Amino acid sequence: MPIDQTRPVLEMRGISKTFPGVKALRDVSLTLYPGEVHSLMGENGAGKSTLMKILSGAYQADAGAEIRIDGQPVLIDGPLSARALGVAVIYQELALCPSLTVAENIYLGRELRQGGRVDRRAMEAACADVLARLGAGFGPKTVVSDLSIAERQLVEIARAVHANARILVMDEPTTPLSSRETERLFELIRQLRADGLAIVYVSHRMAEIYELSDRVSVLRDGTYVGTLDRAHLSADSLVQMMVGRDLSGFYKKDHGAYEPGKVVMAVRDMKDNRRVRGCSFDLHAGEVLGIAGLVGAGRTELARLIFGADERTGGELMVDGLPVRLRTPLDAIRAGVVYLTEDRKGRGLFLDMSVRDNINVCACSDDARGAGVLNLAKARERANGAIRDLKIRVPNSRVNVGALSGGNQQKVLLSRLLEIKPRVLILDEPTRGVDIGAKSEIYRIINDLARQGVGVIVISSELPEIVGTADRVLVMREGELVGELGGYSGKAITQEAIIELATGAGGDSLPRAA
Amino acid sequence: MEKTMSNLTAPTPLTASPRERFQSLMRNVGMLPVLLLLTLGFGLLAEGFLTGQNLSIIAQQASINIVLAAGMTFVILTAGIDLSVGSILAVAAVVSVMASMLPGGGFLGIAAGLATGLAFGLLNGGLVAFGRLPPFIVTLGALTAVRGIARLLGDDKTVFNPDLPFAFIGNDNLLGVPWLVWIAVAVIAGSWFILRRTVLGLHIYSVGSNPEAARLSGIKVWKVLLFVYAMSGLLAGLGAVMASARLMAANGLQLGQSYELDAIAAVILGGTSFVGGVGSILGTLIGALIIAVLSNGLVLLGVSDIWQYIIKGLVIIGAVALDRYRQSGART
Repeated sequence: MPIDQTRPVLEMRGISKTFPGVKALRDVSLTLYPGEVHSLMGENGAGKSTLMKILSGAYQADAGAEIRIDGQPVLIDGPLSARALGVAVIYQELALCPSLTVAENIYLGRELRQGGRVDRRAMEAACADVLARLGAGFGPKTVVSDLSIAERQLVEIARAVHANARILVMDEPTTPLSSRETERLFELIRQLRADGLAIVYVSHRMAEIYELSDRVSVLRDGTYVGTLDRAHLSADSLVQMMVGRDLSGFYKKDHGAYEPGKVVMAVRDMKDNRRVRGCSFDLHAGEVLGIAGLVGAGRTELARLIFGADERTGGELMVDGLPVRLRTPLDAIRAGVVYLTEDRKGRGLFLDMSVRDNINVCACSDDARGAGVLNLAKARERANGAIRDLKIRVPNSRVNVGALSGGNQQKVLLSRLLEIKPRVLILDEPTRGVDIGAKSEIYRIINDLARQGVGVIVISSELPEIVGTADRVLVMREGELVGELGGYSGKAITQEAIIELATGAGGDSLPRAA
Repeated sequence: MEKTMSNLTAPTPLTASPRERFQSLMRNVGMLPVLLLLTLGFGLLAEGFLTGQNLSIIAQQASINIVLAAGMTFVILTAGIDLSVGSILAVAAVVSVMASMLPGGGFLGIAAGLATGLAFGLLNGGLVAFGRLPPFIVTLGALTAVRGIARLLGDDKTVFNPDLPFAFIGNDNLLGVPWLVWIAVAVIAGSWFILRRTVLGLHIYSVGSNPEAARLSGIKVWKVLLFVYAMSGLLAGLGAVMASARLMAANGLQLGQSYELDAIAAVILGGTSFVGGVGSILGTLIGALIIAVLSNGLVLLGVSDIWQYIIKGLVIIGAVALDRYRQSGART
């Protein structure tokens, strides 16, 4: 069947959504054509998720909304009716049953029956077809828990394709993927587009938006700002549309050069014999040190070893020239080394506790009065100070941190660490899932800290971020530090140079740490 | 500044529909309306329910469960469970009565009861914190084993001390209020202080809310776990002193049977979540009072023992259903 690209498959008009006290969406429109990748951009809290939840039936729009599919007005009053209308959503948190097979997951809730029995053979045969079409490297009988994140994503896509979805929503699908897996996903998305699916692609990553999109729609503060065609895409215009303000000097190093003699933290032969194989480096006072590498290169693992979060098989840590007896995170914290986890919700925040408690949980021991009695006035002051300094957007410090947007959650987590007054701050993907406003705020904080003489390590998969913030970059590959750029190495920090080192494409590498 | 503030996206609102608004109301006021309704209902239906004397009896009957449930609150806040409190109460009561009979024993009985409870609590805590065993398994084992120890120590008979030096605790008043009630009030006040006003309290909530984040924040998770189980054991020991002071006797087989269930029911009724990190000691107090009012009122209405069991059981299930309902509104 030829794809008619002139007739929209989906039209959403006049979509508003009111929560008590907040208008999350105001008269938003979105039109989708078959065979297009339509990116949806906007800061966190701009209304992208709310709009997608209305499309998928998780929320109901306010009265006056109009949704048409193939020109016919439809009512989406729940996830089931959305699915019946051909809408499939792939969320960041994948919704699969890990202990079931691929086929069982694809057919979940729609199992084929023969008499009273589930017809496994027919299900597996049909799934094998779909999987082959999508180029999956695994069969329908594989148990999902044996699959990688990328493969699980493929199962979700297979489920959507198998259910004859015509509109596929993907919410930040590349966040957990390595660059190779991302490439694979993009190929697949193009294939689905050629098959006539309309794909809504939600992402913060500008490079992906460029690479994939046929059109881009931008939301800001719950309103529809506009849609750009591929021909008119430019970073400047998109950023302007998203934030409504000029972001020149977005990545700006303004903390002066560090002094090569002032080593604040020395790491020697750190290893766990699995993911990290003997890493040694120095961090200087006032230095922003980037650690780059592919996903899986061992960057997070190295940081966790330095922080005492995982068991190491060897390695020494020195802070201000003194060796640290490193067994638990508490030892590192006492030595002035703190670590911002990449897994904000899973390992960082206490989601059902207040912003105030989340900020104070580490520092409260220091200003406790005798017998560990909390100093409530101090705690309040500390929280309010952090909210002011880091521009955390909350009505007051008593609200649950779980209710905040990603950027504000990240600032809460960061201020918890800053309240310890660290000598060394290790930031693991500090701007992941964070909107542009919060991003620039985080960069400002990094600059401030460096100026105060704190040693900052930035681990990031976003190359522009590394290039834009770091004074010096160490590149990691397969558990080893394989190269150094910037600083006093005489080599410029460029994305190309980092990729060469990270992939092993170039011949240039450091001698291995003895 | 004002201008930029108006431009901001507000934090994702949790409350939206009337249903969600009702959920948030439920979280804030907890079960207090249920307690008031029950009290009012029994007051209208059962003669002699709303008298000063009967209310004092209810408070007295609730007191031991309040003490146990306070300890249970600490444990459940860390996403744990302590099934052994009834058995610990039994063994501590036997030890307490036996120690009170020693020459010059006197108040030694109180100390012995508390120490016994604390010791078994530390044992539970040690197995959970260092042995990394699931709390359910550890305390289920303790439930059975400690009951056996209680019977062993008392030679499987009732130990009895007619001249129990601390019998006044179980039977006398201070300023017109039973000693048992004073103790329960003191335990609630002390627990509230620990949970809400100390670093340790904040760490207890943190460990229950997200143990990995707690560890990465430099909290000694083992210390927190050891503390909560020790606290639960110690309060079971205190419950033992209260129970033996009332009876002037202790029976290793019968005393404290299924007390753990009443304590858990009180905690859950009080809105403390089984998944940890959410709950309050005042909720537990209300939960324990609901159970006591229910028992007392049903007796006054002449409801048979059998039906009391059935109703109590249904209340526990209803409480967990409520917990789920609250959970569904607690996070987006």
